[in-house]
Amino acid sequence: MAKVEIRSEFCKSCKLCIMACPKDVLAVGSKVNAAGYEVVEMKEGAECIGCASCAVMCPEAAIEVYK
Amino acid sequence: MEKIYSRPKALQNRATGYCPGCLHGTTVKIIAELIDEFGIQDSTVAVLPIGCSALDCWSFETDMIISLHGRAPATATGIKRNAPEKTVIVIQGDGDLASIGLAEIMHAANRGENLTVIFMNNGIFGMTGGQMAPTTLIGQKATTAQGGRTEAHGYPMHMCEILNELKAPYYIQRCAMDSPAHVREAKKAIRKGLENQMNGKGFSFIELMSNCPTNWSMSAEKSIEYMREYTLKEFQIGVYRDGGEK
Ligand code: SF4
Ligand code: SF4
Repeated sequence: MAKVEIRSEFCKSCKLCIMACPKDVLAVGSKVNAAGYEVVEMKEGAECIGCASCAVMCPEAAIEVYK
Repeated sequence: MEKIYSRPKALQNRATGYCPGCLHGTTVKIIAELIDEFGIQDSTVAVLPIGCSALDCWSFETDMIISLHGRAPATATGIKRNAPEKTVIVIQGDGDLASIGLAEIMHAANRGENLTVIFMNNGIFGMTGGQMAPTTLIGQKATTAQGGRTEAHGYPMHMCEILNELKAPYYIQRCAMDSPAHVREAKKAIRKGLENQMNGKGFSFIELMSNCPTNWSMSAEKSIEYMREYTLKEFQIGVYRDGGEK
């Protein structure tokens, strides 16, 4: 199993990570950060494979990947 | 579980100065990763331009300087010649490098300066509000070409191909930032550019095809689709020169 952690203070809700993920793991959540952006989160029950495609694309270096 | 991807140390602990989905952010991140991997944070000097790439000043946790418009290669020449032990990374946008700074980049390349130049090409003047750049596509809209660029404005300038006419450059590559695979390839190219400098090989030029969701007036996702459909057809990615050979 793998997982990602989103550093929510940095996320700008651009969705490039969602576009990059081959497993449809990520979605815009309901949590809003201090800058006013709706932060991305892992979907309930989604299966992350730890490929780091999301993290590689993220312009804010907001994604950390665990495997 | 082991952490296999983390935020680089050579980045400041803050959000970038960039708009949501701007690939400038992805670029500064992969450069910071390389600075970490080479362990050169204390000896790196980022030479920044005028334009959106100057917003890297909110990201790099290294020494840096912002040059006069277009003059980053000249500033970097002075730094590198006087402090050859430093790793000097020049970052310029297309408005800065291919327009006002055209003479500077041509002559730095022609002298074979031992520098690594990262050229962010998003086909527009971003910071000043979306004016047409030398790299804007025919038909692409800009605030100064509201019906789209026409032939009367000139044609998109291909800097890799132009620099490849010179004798002195050591390494010239164009990459794209539109997908994880392409970003990984771009990181490899920048790694090579930095290694060339550390080994005293001379001038390395890496062009990164990028986006500007704000001034292209589209979402970040749409801007990626636009790049794939239009930009990357005009600007072919690939290695133009490696090892001083054309
Ligand atoms: S790519 Fe980064 S900044 Fe953009 S939505 Fe995903 S986590 Fe947020
Ligand atoms: S690591 Fe791979 S599978 Fe997991 S969320 Fe990121 S892109 Fe999707």
